[in-house]
Amino acid sequence: MSNVWQDYKAFWIGAGVILVAILMSMIVVPESEQAVVIRTGKPIAVYNGYDPKAAFGQTGAGVHFRIPLVDKVQRIDKRLLSVDMEQQQVLSTDQDRLIVDAYARYRIIDPIKMVETAGTTERVTQQLEPILSSVLRQELGKRTFQSLLTAERGKAMENIRDGLDREAREYGAQVVDVRIKRADLPEGALASAFTRMEAARQEEAKTITAKGQKDAQIIRAGAEGQAAKIYADSFGQDPGFYDFYRAMQSYDVSFAKNEDAKTILLGSDNAYLKHFKEP
Amino acid sequence: MSGRRSPWGGSDKGGEGPSDESGKDGEDNDGDSGSEGDGDRSGDKRGPRNPWLPSGSTPPRRSASIEDIFRTRDPRRPGGGSGGPGGGGGNFPRLPQRPDGKSWLPLGIGAAVVALLALSSVHMIGPKEQAVVTLFGKYARTIDSGVNFTLPWPIEQVDVEDVRTFTVDSIPEGEAEKLMLTSDKNLVDLSYLVRWNIKNLVNYKFRLTDPKESVREVAEAAMRASIAQISLNDALSGAGRAQVEQDVRERMQRILDYYKAGVAVQGVEIKKADPPSKVVTAFQQVTVAQQEAERDRSEARAWAQQLLARAQGDAEAFDKVYQQYKLAPEVTKRRMYYETMERVLRDNDTVVAEAKGVTPYLPLSEVKRRAADAAPDAAAKGGQ
Repeated sequence: MSNVWQDYKAFWIGAGVILVAILMSMIVVPESEQAVVIRTGKPIAVYNGYDPKAAFGQTGAGVHFRIPLVDKVQRIDKRLLSVDMEQQQVLSTDQDRLIVDAYARYRIIDPIKMVETAGTTERVTQQLEPILSSVLRQELGKRTFQSLLTAERGKAMENIRDGLDREAREYGAQVVDVRIKRADLPEGALASAFTRMEAARQEEAKTITAKGQKDAQIIRAGAEGQAAKIYADSFGQDPGFYDFYRAMQSYDVSFAKNEDAKTILLGSDNAYLKHFKEP
Repeated sequence: MSGRRSPWGGSDKGGEGPSDESGKDGEDNDGDSGSEGDGDRSGDKRGPRNPWLPSGSTPPRRSASIEDIFRTRDPRRPGGGSGGPGGGGGNFPRLPQRPDGKSWLPLGIGAAVVALLALSSVHMIGPKEQAVVTLFGKYARTIDSGVNFTLPWPIEQVDVEDVRTFTVDSIPEGEAEKLMLTSDKNLVDLSYLVRWNIKNLVNYKFRLTDPKESVREVAEAAMRASIAQISLNDALSGAGRAQVEQDVRERMQRILDYYKAGVAVQGVEIKKADPPSKVVTAFQQVTVAQQEAERDRSEARAWAQQLLARAQGDAEAFDKVYQQYKLAPEVTKRRMYYETMERVLRDNDTVVAEAKGVTPYLPLSEVKRRAADAAPDAAAKGGQ
């Protein structure tokens, strides 16, 4: 071992130097990154830049070379990046408040421009964040609460995306999509929404109860009518006899032996008692 | 001695000794005992100061050279070399030597490197998995399940992902309440599941920074958009549930395809759609009201049935009697009259208040007495 080292010392050192030199001048660019080569402060080349048509494998990813120590390499994410907007309170045209949580997706399509203007993707994200907030607030503030919630949301989002995209182009970025992640009521509106929901439910409960009572009443009345018809059909055969027949039954009930009975005085000419006199 | 050594001011020096002085004393002591090499005393008192020095016959510590440390450690090693302390520099455990007297070590390292390279070029891809091979970062090919060979690391790298198993995302995680606005400005507490898998591994790997998080965010956006289109009742009753699930799935798929995320959304299932916990009592009141209304109705129906049955019975009875009456009207009528009068007048106190000029007299005291006695004193009473 020591012999090999001793005998070929120069060779080993030379090989080491060459290896280090190769490693220093080699750039490995993965598929998910684009690399900008900066020579003395000036971007001179882009490897694996964004190209919507290039299939993976045919892009510029892989091994590239640079002049060591002179060329600097800045790596920029090629994938879709996201800008998360902080929760934002939006006032709709009908004076309803809404807390909106949105995100935007963008990618760097012009890495050189991006390096010159913003420097890093983090900074692009930082720059886009307030723009997203203000564009979003402007756009949503033109709409009614209802339209924010429903169909028009799509159109609003398109406008916001286009607005943000215009700004993003300054940084060599392209905004692909803006979306509302959440739209919530703020604290005060939330409480009143709960109250409203509660009141609506109570109203519903009362309506249901009343409807039940109404139905029950109708059912009873219907039955009474039917019963009356049955009675009329039967008793109508001979009203005179019915009067007598019913009176007899009635006396049986009214004058039945009863310990707790009240004493009621009726004149002998009372209509009820007429059959006492004459059958 | 011990008093002097204590840096906290022992009995000898009392409180007056400044701390730095006593510290110096301590150092002096160390020097002393070290050079004296008195086993007992240094073992007792200095023990904690240097745990690496075995008690007793250690030479004084002069330097902290690596060599020294190894030399002093050596005797305590089980099976550690042949030499004792000072027996030749650095007794590392040695590999057996080759016949020509050279070390095996370089060969061993070489073999290990070769083995690692070989290992890193053979890949077993499981039945549900696929892998992306990158050659110096550049996409080379996608490999399927089975045994595959690649160039060794770091030339080619292999990234394996499970592409068939469905990932199930539960949103929200845990049992937290997630309120969403419905089209009628009401709130519904919703939780749902999203099942997805990777449909295009290359896109999945290279297009998005965080595909998993993206799926969640897209699901959230899609679900809120769908819920915002239906009313609270539809959301709660489950009438629109299948439709919402379908909508959200399609919407998610559309967005993710637009991002070229390489994700296939397999299904969205609403686990729970409840009224918010704060108003749940009011919702229960509605249920109670519904049950009460139903109860009212069935009670009325029962009453109606009774009433009708009674009417039919009465009518039937009258018809029967009337048939007989028609055969002999006068006799039947008189018979019924007398029978009834008999029953009525037999059982009761008979009060006839008919004669003119007589003040009807109501024997209240008598009634009370009778009520108190409750005696079946059924003598007919005449009150003129």
